[in-house]
Amino acid sequence: MLLGPSLAVAAVLFVIGVLGVLIRRNAIIIFMCVELMLNAVNLTFIAFAQSLGVGGQIFVFFVMAVAAAEAAVGLAIVLAIYRHKETVDLRNINILKG
Amino acid sequence: MQLVWLVPLLPLLGFVLNGTIALTRPQAKTAVSLIGPGVLLAAFGVALAVVKDLAAAHPGAPAVFTYWDWIPVGALHISAALQVDPLSSVMILIVTGVGSLIHIFSVGYMRSDEGYARFFAYLNLFVFFMLVLVLGASFPVMFVGWEGVGLCSYLLIGFWFDVTANADAGKKAFVMNRIGDFGFLAAMFLIFQATGSLDFTSVFSAAPSTFAPGSGTVTAITLFLFLGCAGKSAQIPLYTWLPDAMAGPTPVSALIHAATMVTAGVYLVARANLLFALAPVSSAVVAGVGALTALFAATIALKQWDIKKVLAYSTVSQLGYMFVGVGTGAYAAGVFHLATHAFFKALLFLGSGSVIHAMHAAYHHTHAHDDAQDMRNMGGLRKYLPWTWALMWIATLAISGIPPFAGFFSKDEILGAAFARGATQPIWYVFWAFGLIAAVLTAFYMTRMMLYTFHGPNRTGDKEREHLHEAPWVMTGPLVVLGILSLAGGALNLPALVGGNSWLEHWLSPVTAGSASLLPAAEVSQSTEWTLIAVAVAIALIGIIGAIQLLKPAALVPARQAPAEQGFGKVLANKWYVDELYDAVVVKPLGWLSRVVLWRGVDQGVIDGAGVNGSAAVSRALGWVGSKLQTGEVGFYVVLFVVGVALVLRAAIR
Repeated sequence: MLLGPSLAVAAVLFVIGVLGVLIRRNAIIIFMCVELMLNAVNLTFIAFAQSLGVGGQIFVFFVMAVAAAEAAVGLAIVLAIYRHKETVDLRNINILKG
Repeated sequence: MQLVWLVPLLPLLGFVLNGTIALTRPQAKTAVSLIGPGVLLAAFGVALAVVKDLAAAHPGAPAVFTYWDWIPVGALHISAALQVDPLSSVMILIVTGVGSLIHIFSVGYMRSDEGYARFFAYLNLFVFFMLVLVLGASFPVMFVGWEGVGLCSYLLIGFWFDVTANADAGKKAFVMNRIGDFGFLAAMFLIFQATGSLDFTSVFSAAPSTFAPGSGTVTAITLFLFLGCAGKSAQIPLYTWLPDAMAGPTPVSALIHAATMVTAGVYLVARANLLFALAPVSSAVVAGVGALTALFAATIALKQWDIKKVLAYSTVSQLGYMFVGVGTGAYAAGVFHLATHAFFKALLFLGSGSVIHAMHAAYHHTHAHDDAQDMRNMGGLRKYLPWTWALMWIATLAISGIPPFAGFFSKDEILGAAFARGATQPIWYVFWAFGLIAAVLTAFYMTRMMLYTFHGPNRTGDKEREHLHEAPWVMTGPLVVLGILSLAGGALNLPALVGGNSWLEHWLSPVTAGSASLLPAAEVSQSTEWTLIAVAVAIALIGIIGAIQLLKPAALVPARQAPAEQGFGKVLANKWYVDELYDAVVVKPLGWLSRVVLWRGVDQGVIDGAGVNGSAAVSRALGWVGSKLQTGEVGFYVVLFVVGVALVLRAAIR
């Protein structure tokens, strides 16, 4: 039911997320774009779960749990960087170069 | 005959026991004196019993005793097998018999040496390998013995290894023998390729149908075999190690470098007589090289002052005679000369050992540092060493070819065979002439050695003279036995001409039967034979009398005050500068190649430079390129990441 439109929405969300990660420089926004991609994937899982069984829905819970943990760790890192450098602009954060 | 395995095993047992003593109790000389010669005498006893059995049976085919499957690889099956046949029986009797005498002599000669037990351990090990060499029933088993005697030769030449020259001499012998061994190995590969086997029995039974007479394969095989012989038996061009090998103790020179090991090449040609008979070119090469060596070495012996060097060149020369014999197809004559030479040359070496023993003791008493082996320091020793003097004269007459001593019959037989072959192939007249000239020189230099050593005034020194004395009985005893053998050894193969029945030739006939039909018949009339004998005796007498007439022992001065040689004598004294020639042609270029090309070029340049440092530089450069990818910009990573995922997806979907 409505598989095609659901997948289309998911694809749009995913591409928005990818482009956001590629283009934006603000760490918080990039972070939110990553979440957007995760949720695009979640939507795909849900859409397919209707025809392919409950496994997809279970996976969504996993993704949400991992995303929550990741959000906690990621925000903590961003916070630490901000305290240290007083900026979250990724152009200024490049000390790990070879 | 079943007990034949005991013959090599007894000396091996002696090696183990003496080796243990050498490592644990080097001072236990009595035990060593019993074990060393004891195992040899026991082996001689067993060998006698074995040969008696063989004589009773006297079968046409050799008796092969197989013990275990040694190398089973695909179609190749090499058994650890011993073979008793007339040829190997003659050899084991010589090796254990003469070996026993030399071992007994060594008890006296080496008595005061530090490495007494070590010496006997090596000597026993040598006899073991020599017996494996002559008893082996296939080329590889023989090769084990062949390599083993080379090893023992190396160990014993460098026995007094604290002198660099001795160690170098051992190394030289080892390296030159490796050149010969390459030939032996190449010959074995070719034989296996052609006949599919390496056992003597199957190779020789397959040979007549496999090889066309004179074909390239059999010629190559025999030439490679002869290269091995030239190394082991010190023939041109590989002879230069043998004179240097005199750095070893004198009994070693007698056993290894005169009586047994160096005759292994002659034994190999006699063993493979069928192959050599199938390859006339190789046989001519064997005889030619033998004749040339006989003459060449004899000229060098004319001007040597070291008593052992004279004997060493004499050995090279006599080995040349043996090769003339086996190259001519007179295999029995070659083996006959091998046997008689073992007697008289062992006697000469042991006699020289007795002389050196006396000289050394005399110099030792007075703490002089003169050369105990230089004949210019000897002279008039007859008064002090009467037994040695008499016995060495017997050996000298034997080697010069004066009837009825042993050497006369064997040398005459070889020269006679070469002369007879000349009727069909004139080149053999040249070989015969070479042999004849070498015979004059032999008589001359041997007489020279005897005159300078035992006759004329004594030049040892006034203080030293009082300490000159005859050797103890344990040394003169073996000399007496060898003297009897040198005197009567000719009886082994008395020709029909003087009423004999050519016993050795008949005895060896099962071994040489296959080749006899392949060789051109070479018979000379009885009158010619008598003429040849007369010529040979006349030649020997000319040599001896010429030496007595020309040389003036009274005019000699001790080595320290001796003037340098002049003119042609200088060339001979310096051995025709062959060592220098080899040094310039082989050693120096090889050293240059190793140093400049292989060391600086290949090792330092290619392996160190391109290989080790080069790969390090490459990985360092790659690392540098890789590190430039790490910009630290998260955006850049993400771009790479997205591009990567896109590529993977594209690859996965397609």
